[in-house]
Amino acid sequence: MESGQVIGCDVGGTFTDLVLMDPATGEVRIAKVPSTLDDQSRGVMNAVAEAEASLPGTALIVHGTTTTTNAVLERKLARTGIITTQGFRDVLELGRRTRPQAYGMKGDFKPLIPRDLRLEVPERMDAEGRVVTPLDENALRAAAQALLDLGCTAVVVHFLHAYRNPAHELRAGEILKEIWPNPYVTLGHALLSESREYERGVTAAVNASVQPILDRYVQNLAGSLESGGYAGELLVMNGNGGMVSARRVAEEAARTVMSGPASGVMAAAFTGRAAGIPDLLTYDMGGTSTDVALIRNAQPAVSNEIEVEYAMPIHVPMVDVRTVGAGGGSIARVNAAGLLEVGPESAGATPGPICYGRGGTEPTISDANLLLGRLDPARLKSVEGGVTLQTVRDIFAKKLGDPLGLTPEQAAEAVIQLANVKMAGAIRMVSVSLGADPRDFALFAFGGAGPLHAASLARELGVPRVLTPARPGITNALGCLVADLRHDFTNTVAQPLDTLDMDALADTLTAQAAEGRALIAREKVEITETRVLHSLDMQFIGQTHLLRVELEGPVISREALQAAFEEVYWKRFHVRLDTIRAAVVNANTSVIGTRNSLDPARLIPAEHRKATLAEALRATRPVIFDGETHETPLYRRDLLPADAAFDGPAILEQMDTTILVPPGDRVTTDAIGNILIEIRGAK
Amino acid sequence: MTIDPITLSVIQAGLQQVCDEMDLSFSRAAFSPVIAEANDRSDGIYSAEDGSLIAQGNMGLPVFVGTMQYSTRVLIEGIAAGLVADPKPDDIYIVNDPYLGGTHLMDVRFARPYYRNGKIFCWLSNTGHWPDTGGAVPGGFSASATSVEQEGLRLPPVRLFKEGVLDREIYQIICSNIRVADQRIGDVQAQAAALKVGEERLNELLDRYGDDVVAQAITELRARASAQMTRYVEEIPEGTHSASAWIDSDGVVDEPLEIRLAVTREGDRLSFDFTGSSAPCTGPMNSVLATTLSSVYLAMRHIFPEVPISAGAFEPLHVTGYEGTFLDAHYPRPVSGCAAEVSQRIAEAVFAALAPALPDRVTASPAGSSGNFALGGHDPEKGRDFVMYQISGGGYGGNADHDGLSNGCSTIGISKAPPVEIMEAQFPVLYHHYALHEGSGGAGFHRGGFGLDYAVELRRGLATASFVMDHGRTGPQGALGGVDGAVNKVRVIRDGEVHIPSHLSKEQDIPLAPGDVVHVRTPGGGGYGDPMTRPAEAVAEDVRLGRYTAVQAREMFGVVLTGHSADMAATEALRSATAG
Repeated sequence: MESGQVIGCDVGGTFTDLVLMDPATGEVRIAKVPSTLDDQSRGVMNAVAEAEASLPGTALIVHGTTTTTNAVLERKLARTGIITTQGFRDVLELGRRTRPQAYGMKGDFKPLIPRDLRLEVPERMDAEGRVVTPLDENALRAAAQALLDLGCTAVVVHFLHAYRNPAHELRAGEILKEIWPNPYVTLGHALLSESREYERGVTAAVNASVQPILDRYVQNLAGSLESGGYAGELLVMNGNGGMVSARRVAEEAARTVMSGPASGVMAAAFTGRAAGIPDLLTYDMGGTSTDVALIRNAQPAVSNEIEVEYAMPIHVPMVDVRTVGAGGGSIARVNAAGLLEVGPESAGATPGPICYGRGGTEPTISDANLLLGRLDPARLKSVEGGVTLQTVRDIFAKKLGDPLGLTPEQAAEAVIQLANVKMAGAIRMVSVSLGADPRDFALFAFGGAGPLHAASLARELGVPRVLTPARPGITNALGCLVADLRHDFTNTVAQPLDTLDMDALADTLTAQAAEGRALIAREKVEITETRVLHSLDMQFIGQTHLLRVELEGPVISREALQAAFEEVYWKRFHVRLDTIRAAVVNANTSVIGTRNSLDPARLIPAEHRKATLAEALRATRPVIFDGETHETPLYRRDLLPADAAFDGPAILEQMDTTILVPPGDRVTTDAIGNILIEIRGAK
Repeated sequence: MTIDPITLSVIQAGLQQVCDEMDLSFSRAAFSPVIAEANDRSDGIYSAEDGSLIAQGNMGLPVFVGTMQYSTRVLIEGIAAGLVADPKPDDIYIVNDPYLGGTHLMDVRFARPYYRNGKIFCWLSNTGHWPDTGGAVPGGFSASATSVEQEGLRLPPVRLFKEGVLDREIYQIICSNIRVADQRIGDVQAQAAALKVGEERLNELLDRYGDDVVAQAITELRARASAQMTRYVEEIPEGTHSASAWIDSDGVVDEPLEIRLAVTREGDRLSFDFTGSSAPCTGPMNSVLATTLSSVYLAMRHIFPEVPISAGAFEPLHVTGYEGTFLDAHYPRPVSGCAAEVSQRIAEAVFAALAPALPDRVTASPAGSSGNFALGGHDPEKGRDFVMYQISGGGYGGNADHDGLSNGCSTIGISKAPPVEIMEAQFPVLYHHYALHEGSGGAGFHRGGFGLDYAVELRRGLATASFVMDHGRTGPQGALGGVDGAVNKVRVIRDGEVHIPSHLSKEQDIPLAPGDVVHVRTPGGGGYGDPMTRPAEAVAEDVRLGRYTAVQAREMFGVVLTGHSADMAATEALRSATAG
């Protein structure tokens, strides 16, 4: 364990969260301050101040940032050029020929790098890696100079078939080292050495175009921390749930896209492991969207094929977080068929739900929760704009209740019910597409709005229980605090199983593990345990989709592997294909260095807990469930006795979220501050 | 008892999820890349009485939006008439006959009766595009077929699975008549398993809400979808809106085929009258009625994506006047082009007719071709025969909101194009370029998107090239004063000599030797609105990015450039002179 304080800090779209742990005293401190989106480091420093952290006494800071995600999604990128194979400069604009939606012939696409900054040079490899046209070095120098003259800060070199033979890209890299005035040079094959020119090109272009931005931000933050007296290492979360030193993070900047969601999932895995519930579906409901991920055996699913938005594939390993387009701000309306609809339109943050008092006039999920008493109507007092509960009621009556023949409260309940059905359906699709039956998992609810819907969603999904962590609103920051060091490796095998050299396969996996161990040893972070996970991506010959087969170790017999694959295939599709041969496509290894970082029991200080449930009761409030009003107890979560057990209805309030327990569901607490809700009627 | 609107919405979402999960299961388990990668498949739930569409997956290929309800109806009628074997639980019928509510032979449909308490409650059905079903050419797209027998194996509805067990005898007959048969068992199992998934999920829905409630909800949802579509229909100005769309040729006889369409809105009724369209053709550009109807529906859903996919949504739409035209082909007319090309031209006729009536919703015409280029031959280096397919996109139409998308996929598809690196790894070819088709976007206030421009060289061995494309003669139509997009251009450079297919966009079995090159430029989208009103800066930006030349800026948009900037005075003068 580190000797000084350890800080995890996550910058989200609205808030910057910080968790501080002092190993000497076991003390945990938490801070939540508004994010400063123009320069996120100010928010971080504010959070440090708020938590009264002593920077000179801090041993380690782990940071999650949305800098790169926002830059990509908002296309606020560094001016970047690309030098590519003659004849192929439009690859980044042509994409893979789809449209944004299956129906509707409108839709737009803006390439990452505009056409005038995409230059071509004579060079060509074929698919076997043989030189068809040698690299024209003079043309390359001229192209680089042209891009500099056009004001580019970063540059990508992306040549066809460089995954097979990178010689031309490597030579181009050497030449650019002489010409290019900064280190922002990305070679296409370096980040992703796989075929498919669009996916590889986009991954490289993302990397180059966020590199200067991430670098400037991280250096700036490191500088601020240093002037505050911090002498330790600054680590940054990657999208795969591992961390990397701030000094090196910009080299592979694309890996930090999705860093925030990955932190949350890492915290969920950590909590699940500590609570003895290792199989989780995580559910993070925010204002405009909901993130869903799958954790098996306390290990989040990681994918190399994430598409962060339409036609934007970033093929580096990332925690497989899927976004569902429903959040607290999703708008409800009655459509032309006279039927209620919820989403996909969202009121977003501005104007937001009616109850935000920022001028929103469309009924949303958050407003429905308020009207039903599930959110505290007293909150309205603090908003600007003079919104009252009656304002919300009137809008629900006019826009939903009257056309549907319902009271405003009935309409609100209908909104929640339909939203839950739709979200459950979307979560189910995510889970099924990852090969899992949601009923085998517990729902891990976090984010501001997650715990409000979780029990109803779980019932809808047939999920038997809900786990809500001690601090659902700062889960991402906690994820930073508890994250592991992690390195992922993939080598293409592409061989039929019956002729595969099993010894060579074992050697590949072993070499991957050794490389990972060496990288982890280089970091200045204390590790308690190093775990190595091996897996193979397999398919039946002729298929294009892959199934992942996890291995116990690097050595496996052909027969055992065939059996393991057939078992995974059966579990996924309930199909046996005994006449078709199997193939191994990729060999994967993840090396994970675990830190002994935090005692989760400290997240809710034991000294605050009361001896009886009655002492934790703050008040009661009428809340509508299934058309009936229940006088519902409101408990202060921090005050709940450590062994509390009671039945819903109940509302548990805490600084960062509200947990709703419908009638009949049973609440228990565990030793480390989690709330467990057993769902009535499930299983 | 009436069902409350909330239960209705919840059951609607539930039925939709059953279908979406069938779609997902089918794609993930399928072998055929056409299904697994290109999503050329669809799954749905159909009524027990007449096969009408109850719900269909959102991720299904759009062209199947209306077809399976016809094939299911034909199946139900066949069973009632004693022409088709009676169903038993766990049976699965297979059928690909185009004239029995289908598309082309490659689209193979499975149908499974769904039983509750010993009675058929509804049918579950899906369609998957098999990579081959026999016939003259691998893949089934023969540009010169003159009868359906030349296109492949035609299956009437027969029970491929009998009470859950695959009938090996029928299966062997199928396998003996198709290419790459050894992998088909994987697709057959995937297609059957998807229906099983549908059954399990539907069981859960019915157990939860009760059979009667769900049945009643289905009836009510149908009425509501009809009312919803009616509300949209009433947005269209009363009267008749006419347009034609043209197919270059049928591949055999070098004459254009006309789709003549008059859309009439009268009260709550919208009719699509195809009277005057061309007669049935000799080559494979005929359409069967199910595909013609489905094409109208998919065009309407492109215009109104909010409407659920359900038989109710189609009720206010009345299609007439197809009798005796190539849009209602009967046995033995060849039909391989109906799903890929004719369907898109029908959609274009709908767009072109309705764009002036619904200027905010409808776009100018998209490229609307699947751009099918097939290369078959022998690779001496790898010692094996190969068939390569290059499908490609084109420009979409400009519209009220923005310029058209470049290199969008076919109107009836949602598939991804194959990467150049994968093509070169699998086949003995080398691409010279893969680029924007410069200058192809139709001029307009919002211009059309740009097509694709690629050239591919045969490196070794002998091969033959075949093309089933369209829009070689006329470009995708502009709207509201916008100009047509550029036409499709195919050039085959053999031993240095340029060969242009006689039918421009269609030809079969052009022999190629090493070093020969196929050069294809796909259509640009139609322009939207008067090009003389396009802001000069936007035109200058297009020129700066090399999308148009300075000459094109002047001729197509009336914009005069000085360097990379618009010369506003000269542009103004040129534009007013042109207008005068």
